[in-house]
Amino acid sequence: MELTDFFTDYTLRTITLGTAVLGAICGMLGSFAVLRKQSLLGDAISHAALPGIALAFLFTGLKDSNVLLLGALISGLIGTVWIRGIVTKTHLKTDTALGLILSLFFGFGELVLSYLKKQPDANQAGLDKYLFGQAATLVESDVMLMVIVTGISLAVMLLFWKEFKLLLFDKNYASTLGFNTRFIDGLISFFIVLAIVIGLQTVGVVLMSAMLLAPAAAARQWTNSLGMMVLLAAVFGMFSGVFGTAISATYNNLSTGPVIVLVAAVFVVISFIFSPGRGILFKQIRLIRNRRDLELKKTLYFMYGIVEKHEDISRPHAIRILNSFQGFTKGTLRALADKNWIEIKGQDWSLTEEGFETAQNLYNTNIPES
Amino acid sequence: MGEKIAVAVDDLTVAYNYKPVLWDIDLSIPEGVLMAIVGPNGAGKSTLIKAILGIINPIAGSVSIYGKPYNKQRDKVAYVPQKGSVDWDFPTTALDVVMMGTYGALGWIKRPGAKQKKQALEALEKVGMLAFKGRQISQLSGGQQQRIFLARALVQHAAIYFMDEPFQGVDATTEIAIINILKELRKAGKTVIVVHHDLQTVPEYFDWVTFLNVKHIATGPVKDIFNDDNLTKTYGINYKVAVQK
Repeated sequence: MELTDFFTDYTLRTITLGTAVLGAICGMLGSFAVLRKQSLLGDAISHAALPGIALAFLFTGLKDSNVLLLGALISGLIGTVWIRGIVTKTHLKTDTALGLILSLFFGFGELVLSYLKKQPDANQAGLDKYLFGQAATLVESDVMLMVIVTGISLAVMLLFWKEFKLLLFDKNYASTLGFNTRFIDGLISFFIVLAIVIGLQTVGVVLMSAMLLAPAAAARQWTNSLGMMVLLAAVFGMFSGVFGTAISATYNNLSTGPVIVLVAAVFVVISFIFSPGRGILFKQIRLIRNRRDLELKKTLYFMYGIVEKHEDISRPHAIRILNSFQGFTKGTLRALADKNWIEIKGQDWSLTEEGFETAQNLYNTNIPES
Repeated sequence: MGEKIAVAVDDLTVAYNYKPVLWDIDLSIPEGVLMAIVGPNGAGKSTLIKAILGIINPIAGSVSIYGKPYNKQRDKVAYVPQKGSVDWDFPTTALDVVMMGTYGALGWIKRPGAKQKKQALEALEKVGMLAFKGRQISQLSGGQQQRIFLARALVQHAAIYFMDEPFQGVDATTEIAIINILKELRKAGKTVIVVHHDLQTVPEYFDWVTFLNVKHIATGPVKDIFNDDNLTKTYGINYKVAVQK
């Protein structure tokens, strides 16, 4: 397939639009999941949706994706409620509850699928696509559903923005202000489940949680504002969808779901390394710079200690007397001279007026800020 | 000190699992006091506040604020939770957190506007944090975070303030700044109820005190009841502190 087909091919355009919208809604709602510290909830829910798909087919015999997704939605919601029930009614921790529900529901879903495979008619073929997703099977009506769901969740998010933010930051405080926290909590969970369910056909049960988490985790690195984070996550998710589809279509029809997830992972890696505020690279650079600066100031202060005892501050001293001081290197001397704090003449150094004053004020204020 | 009762707790019992955390608490707090709740770890001090505020459901008992149930009097009450109860890496600014104090009066869906922003800025100024309004909250020190929480409660313009260990992990400067604000609130006729750990400062900071250790031990003016007898009953035998008269 040529790249030009990408713009002209009708099927491909439908799929691209679908994955873009899916990426956007997942990024948006994934931000809430990440900030609620419920990153793994998505994984549990998507696995919990599988038996719903299998049972929906078993009972209706229909392979219409809307029917199957309705089944997925119901069993996903049941899984969510059960997880919450386990956490509140028993001593088990959230991670245990998530693990239990995930494997229990997934196992049951596989069981029903394997039963369906044994049936004589071949009608069940294709249900497997919900495991790893098959974006190629997206048709216009599927994309329409995605657009509608995304529109609704966007509207709800904007409407309850203030309440969502309050709940995510401080749930107890929200309840003292008179907000029904169970309702807000449930609303957020419901839309996360909804986003997962509409993504199953494209990305599949197994990889769905990455669609939720990756764009949100990447977005968090670039901003300290909730609104910006949600927006960025939606944009990252959208581009993951578009690029992923393009790449998989260009290279001999690689499976789309995994490629989308990998593209999202690239966003994460780039964000973790290169984001200016929280990225590893700039953090490391700042750390090294601060250490150098501190080393320099330490040496200057040591020199100040020597000079202080003499009346004439510009009196030269031998470089060799600095040897007893561990922070000293030729490099630091040069750096000090560059800052115009000292002068070097031959084997001697002397403090400048500026250097003397700097050293004098070094520890007067609190720890130097930089 | 007013004659009116600001907070009345009646037969309150709370249990998380099997063991009661609070047992049959009867307590009335008069209007206009600055009161410390003291007691050892696990005495149920935070739980008492949370139960009064309806964050925790009690097994038995009732609470009234100025004679009416709490859910009818929310606008009269403000809450400062423990600093450690939230994630300070949350993507938001100091001003934004203080603005949350206005959400209760706004109610569902309505967005905060210029009026709410002005109130929040005033509260920030009061706690000496105006210069930090745009700062990401994770980049504030522990004391500054505590002041932000206090400002958020001040924005609520309540009559009664509940604070859960506002002096925990803050430096001397912040502690003095906070206590001055609390004393100002009392002067304005507000009732302030503080879970407090440092027994040494009780006589200096507070005029009213409640001793609590699962059961209610005593409540009254500091000068009358803050003595070895009550401290021993609360903390166990032979507990001595220097009580400044």
